[in-house]
Amino acid sequence: MSDLIIPILMPKWGLSMSEGTLAAWHVEEGTEISPGDEIMDVETDKIANVVEAADGGLLRRRVGSDGEIYPVRALLGVMAPAEVSDAEIDAFVDAYELPEVEEEEDTGPTYEFADLPIGKIRYAERSGEGTPVIFIHGFGGDLDNWLFNIDAVSEVAPAYALDLPGHGQSVKAVDQPGLDKLVTTIIDFMDHLGVDKAHLVGHSKGGLVSGQTAISHPDRVASLTLICSAGLGAEINSDYIEGFVSAASRKELKPKLHHLFADKSLVNRSMVDDLLKYKRIDGVQDYLEALKAALFDGGSQAVDIAKGLEALDIPLLVVWGAEDAVIPVAHADAVSGAEVVVIDGAGHMVQMENANRVNELITSRL
Amino acid sequence: MARTLSMKDAINEALDQEMTRDPTVIMMGEDIVGGAGAAGEDDAWGGVLGVSKGLYAKHPKQMIDTPLSESAYVGAAIGAATCGLRPVAELMFIDFMGVCLDQIYNQAAKFRYMFGGKAETPVVIRAMCGAGFRAAAQHSQMLTPIFAHIPGLKVVCPSNAYDTKGLLIQAIRDNDPVIFLEHKNLYGSECDVPEEPYAIPFGEANVVREGSDVTIVTYGLMVPNSLTAAETLKKEGIDVEVIDLRTISPIDMDTVIESVEETGRLVCVDEANPRCSIASDISSVVAQDAFGALKAPIEMVTAPHAPVPFTPSLEDIYIPSPDRIADAVRKTMASSKQEVAAQ
Repeated sequence: MSDLIIPILMPKWGLSMSEGTLAAWHVEEGTEISPGDEIMDVETDKIANVVEAADGGLLRRRVGSDGEIYPVRALLGVMAPAEVSDAEIDAFVDAYELPEVEEEEDTGPTYEFADLPIGKIRYAERSGEGTPVIFIHGFGGDLDNWLFNIDAVSEVAPAYALDLPGHGQSVKAVDQPGLDKLVTTIIDFMDHLGVDKAHLVGHSKGGLVSGQTAISHPDRVASLTLICSAGLGAEINSDYIEGFVSAASRKELKPKLHHLFADKSLVNRSMVDDLLKYKRIDGVQDYLEALKAALFDGGSQAVDIAKGLEALDIPLLVVWGAEDAVIPVAHADAVSGAEVVVIDGAGHMVQMENANRVNELITSRL
Repeated sequence: MARTLSMKDAINEALDQEMTRDPTVIMMGEDIVGGAGAAGEDDAWGGVLGVSKGLYAKHPKQMIDTPLSESAYVGAAIGAATCGLRPVAELMFIDFMGVCLDQIYNQAAKFRYMFGGKAETPVVIRAMCGAGFRAAAQHSQMLTPIFAHIPGLKVVCPSNAYDTKGLLIQAIRDNDPVIFLEHKNLYGSECDVPEEPYAIPFGEANVVREGSDVTIVTYGLMVPNSLTAAETLKKEGIDVEVIDLRTISPIDMDTVIESVEETGRLVCVDEANPRCSIASDISSVVAQDAFGALKAPIEMVTAPHAPVPFTPSLEDIYIPSPDRIADAVRKTMASSKQEVAAQ
């Protein structure tokens, strides 16, 4: 009978997550859950997010309690059809053991480094079948911006996320940063992986990079997903761009990060600290200043790729958070012929704020 | 995963990277090289606990083993700093600063002021500090208050490897004299440290744990002790905020005041002796500037007004422990409850 029992486990979001707080259950015992239903809120020291059910079933037991901290993969709940007895569920709960951490690390994903002509590039890799998906983050971001996306997408295709030059743990010393160097990096990265063609998913400035890569190398790109993308109009929130670049302390940086999310409470101390740690690395400040000057000088975007994208003959999906405060949602309609999806209740970081919807959009079109 | 490094190795890496970046950065100290040992070993000592081990091979022209005369080489380092070098002088223990105090507080600390801003003294004086090493009363002191008292000196005392690397790089790049104090019982503590050089600005406290009931303000080894206390108190339903000052001079009182205005309760934890200490300093500023926010009397947890004992059992109870810190927090909670009851 136990194969009828479906466990609900503490999710693992990114490599650094070892435990999370079950902030609140959204479903009562006895509820019939459908895949995609919001079942609980989970918080880590990095981020809070709603957990949606991967499987459907009758929620028989809430094992985890609101407000308690559990390790990754801890048993939080049990779903099973009504014919499974309470005793069997008790036995399942009693017998459940946490997977060994060592096993997890042996089989789990790790960060990789590639030596490209521009320098060392960090990336994350998830194996899978078919044409790979490459995730490209935005200005000041890193591969962890895809924390909630890379695993879900890797269920239908190999998935990669990289730190662009000047970002994350990739090379910081770059002469004359600009769009061309970023496009070259993507092509060099694909060559390094032995990937001939890839689906590019780009966020914000990463959308501009993805789009320009497709325009310059149309034979290397299978499809484009542009999320709250740069390069589709002139306007950009200069308070965010200028403020992010100039902020030297937590107090200066935190209000700027509020521009990124519809739900401002997602900007926690850990997120601010991690970004400050990044900004304080030698070379980062110079890089950000130079890239800002190349792409977003004077509070307006220097490059518009909308016309170039219209000339392409590949699927183009444009996704936007309706409450984007960095790049106006009106830019979503800049490319005629593109499929446009605007997601309510999400801001610029829509792939984090409504990861499930974004993942579904990406995977259903692969 | 990010790479982890011990505080000791973080110091080594900061010195290595800064000597590589800037040839005017030099090191001076007793046995920081230590002479040839076995064949092929050109830095037998690498400092008293091996902090600078391996650096001489990479930077032979930037490392000077000095005679056993702190007053001479600290004076030389300060003089060299005024003439264009960026020396990092290492004293084995903060306790030895006594013999070179004239060079430090009457010379280095005064040059910028007395020469009308025309002289700069970019010198770093590193030393181990703190008790718990079974090193007796002359090698175990926490003399942060002595240096914090002197205008013209910057005083740093980090609590973890990440901060240590960034603050030491900042200290070397800073154009004023910096007293950089490394707690010897933290040398082995590890955390994630980026391989690249980075600088953490002075005067920015770090809220290492957020909480709503009580603010603990501390630095150095007392940060991990306070965090341990906070975990214990969490089980009792007391939510503790822990502020790591990181730099004693300049000091980030804004962060302290903002926190106390939220929590209404303050516990100052300081490994130094209690009279005229960092704890008493914080406590006086909060009493003056945020008295209205306080729901309970300020508590201080410090070493006693006594030399550090050599007897291990006495040394252990001399150092403020997580238990003593937790007791002080409970006391602030209890006294405010009485106040509420009285109303």
